[in-house]
Amino acid sequence: MSVSAKTLDKNEYFYGHKACAGCGGSLAVRNVLKVLGEHTVAVLPAGCMSAVGFNFPQLCFANNAIISTFAGTASMMTGIEAGFRRRGIKDFTVVGFAGDGGTADIGIQALSGAIDRNDNIIYICYDNEAYMNTGIQKSGLTPFGAKTTTTPAGQNIHGNIRPKKNMFEIVAAHDIPYAATATIGYMNDFLHKVEKAAHIQGTKYIHVIAPCPTGWGIPVSDTIDAAREIVDCGLWYLAEYENHKFKISRDPKTFTSVEEYLRKQARFKHLTDEDIKTITDSRDKKWEFIRKNWN
Amino acid sequence: MEKFLSGDEAFAEGIRLACPDVISAYPITPQTIVVEKLSEMVEDGSLDAEFIHVESEHSALSCAMGASAAGVRAFTATSSQGLLYMAECLYYASGGRFPIVMMNANRSTALPWNIYGDQRDSLSQLDSGWIQAYAENAQESLDLALMSYYIAEHKTVSTPFMVNLDGFILTHTYEKVDVPTPEQAKRFLPPYETENKLDLDNPKNMAFSAGPDTNYIFKYKEHAAMFRAVPVIEEAETKFAEIFGRQYSGLIDAYKTEDAEYILITLGSIAGLCREIADTLREAGVKAGVLRIRYMRPFPAKEIAETVRYAKAVAVLEKDISFGNEGTVFTNVNSALHSAGITVPAYNFIGGLGGRDISHQDMISIFEKIQSGTANHVSFIGIEEGENL
Amino acid sequence: MTKPNVREKKVFNFEDVPEHTSFEAGYLVSINSGWRSIRPVVNAEKCIGCMQCYLYCPDGVISIQENKAVIDYDFCKGCGICSKICKPGAIGMERER
Repeated sequence: MSVSAKTLDKNEYFYGHKACAGCGGSLAVRNVLKVLGEHTVAVLPAGCMSAVGFNFPQLCFANNAIISTFAGTASMMTGIEAGFRRRGIKDFTVVGFAGDGGTADIGIQALSGAIDRNDNIIYICYDNEAYMNTGIQKSGLTPFGAKTTTTPAGQNIHGNIRPKKNMFEIVAAHDIPYAATATIGYMNDFLHKVEKAAHIQGTKYIHVIAPCPTGWGIPVSDTIDAAREIVDCGLWYLAEYENHKFKISRDPKTFTSVEEYLRKQARFKHLTDEDIKTITDSRDKKWEFIRKNWN
Repeated sequence: MEKFLSGDEAFAEGIRLACPDVISAYPITPQTIVVEKLSEMVEDGSLDAEFIHVESEHSALSCAMGASAAGVRAFTATSSQGLLYMAECLYYASGGRFPIVMMNANRSTALPWNIYGDQRDSLSQLDSGWIQAYAENAQESLDLALMSYYIAEHKTVSTPFMVNLDGFILTHTYEKVDVPTPEQAKRFLPPYETENKLDLDNPKNMAFSAGPDTNYIFKYKEHAAMFRAVPVIEEAETKFAEIFGRQYSGLIDAYKTEDAEYILITLGSIAGLCREIADTLREAGVKAGVLRIRYMRPFPAKEIAETVRYAKAVAVLEKDISFGNEGTVFTNVNSALHSAGITVPAYNFIGGLGGRDISHQDMISIFEKIQSGTANHVSFIGIEEGENL
Repeated sequence: MTKPNVREKKVFNFEDVPEHTSFEAGYLVSINSGWRSIRPVVNAEKCIGCMQCYLYCPDGVISIQENKAVIDYDFCKGCGICSKICKPGAIGMERER
């Protein structure tokens, strides 16, 4: 395991795409492909990355890549993996890049099926915490309190009333060979996990936080800062599930301020002190659970 | 070799002979026997294929598309609610020009729930871009399983193919079936080769978006490819007859229509009974004939028009209804007649929905009504007491 | 280093549109430089070739040549991530003229 900026494949496999400036999702796709290399087949459902990368005749993947149906990322990956094996091809990787909605909502059934069959694929969920491609609507991974275009922040309701769906543990509950959480803010950790996944047989799932400046309401230059801060303040955690066990990759001794993290983002501007306390309390509860059970 | 097989079993035999690489399917009555048989064949080693237990019909076809995009032969099977659940993928597969073969066991669609046969499931998907064939018996089911790959995968066609078998009436009824040898099948069906695939040596971006400038050109080409299936069907049937000794008749199957004054048009397994009735009526001096539509897509507009040109009246009997209009087969037939400038009176008879029996007497009464000109524009067999629609 | 590259401009007429929805990978017909209102400018003297800008660029437009960051302005969207991530302060953002 030696992936780093220096050892990374110099070729660019995702280039010339029309993602917004500062897009976190496109950075995740770009670097995962550099880790996995040219013999990779990328499957992308309807969503930001397919919308910005596949407009004939502007085709932005240098490697084999295909758009799947929104709900069918994992099942199409299954078919491709089986098909390549039937053709006698040995040296290849099938990777999927689905957003938070494509993974936790509409694609969860197909993902669960693929893990159940233990198909030899790598599934990357790039999580920007809402349906950004369609204009920032709430998904199952939108955090508590976030304002989206379908969870408006008003007098009566302060944005999204439900916490993020716990995809990492849902996936782990299948007893998947490998699952991990990551953030594009800590790229080395993320890419190490991708490289590790590439060497494991069976289904692999990596859930990476990939901020969307447009949807989060942050300057386009701040994507990486936000992706670091969400971990630093403890609202996201870096972990792995392997050999039937959870393991924390990073256990911060102290957290940075949740309030500071939230206040920088337009989607949280409306939150009251009480809302922020709710979020902070749930963070503390989560970490209590993690520290008790995952080490 | 002759075997005693149900329609589902015969179809599975045909698929074994076609040697698909990937089979992905989700169970639904009355399709289940096909996938059970295929899984047994994979287990006993008589079929060398990947059998993938997907978690839904949507994934069944999504997985088959993945396999097809990887450049291998794929098969799936479904019915009714399952077909409707995978509807998104039907359009995706045809737009992607993935020559997947799917067996559909024709079954009623909920609500009310019902597992018996009618053709509303597949006929609701006529516009999904799939070639649609309707088998009459178990032998034709097996033969279509083989021929469907020949046609779908043909370089000029490259279009997915749905073979329809009437639920229970055909899927579960046992008949004597001639099962060809693998050697014969190999002579008939060439290996699948395509440029429309992911390729490590020649990387592709596939299933992409296309804006207004080119989108309609892709759609036009898809449409044109469907029509190119017509000569390929003929080519397949000629080659099939040479190797297997059974000759099929293309898009339609016409029975005693040359001099017929009254022609009943239908599709699927009921055609056998229709022919019996025609024979009975002929004995009584009525010049009756039967036209069975074998392919609903590409639609045999010219063939139908030519066949009924000199008839005095035509009945279209179908197990389907497009609510608020009429039977879809009837609409298609009428359009064909109108385009050909044929003014033969045509009447629609809806029957068999949810598996309800269509009797001898019902059929005779259809002929009587079109003969006397007393039929309604649309009649519902067995419902006399309803409003006049 | 290879990457998707820009091809000669042409109109895709009927005969140029492929039969299937599959086409050569990495085929570009347009660039993204027009998106920028500010541009990153590398101060080669300050650049230590640490590759962090290269690692974090969402568009992959930075390569390290002779230990210095080089930007492909055809595809840079001017997000400024490189400038923020650069510890030695070697990348400044300047207004596009």
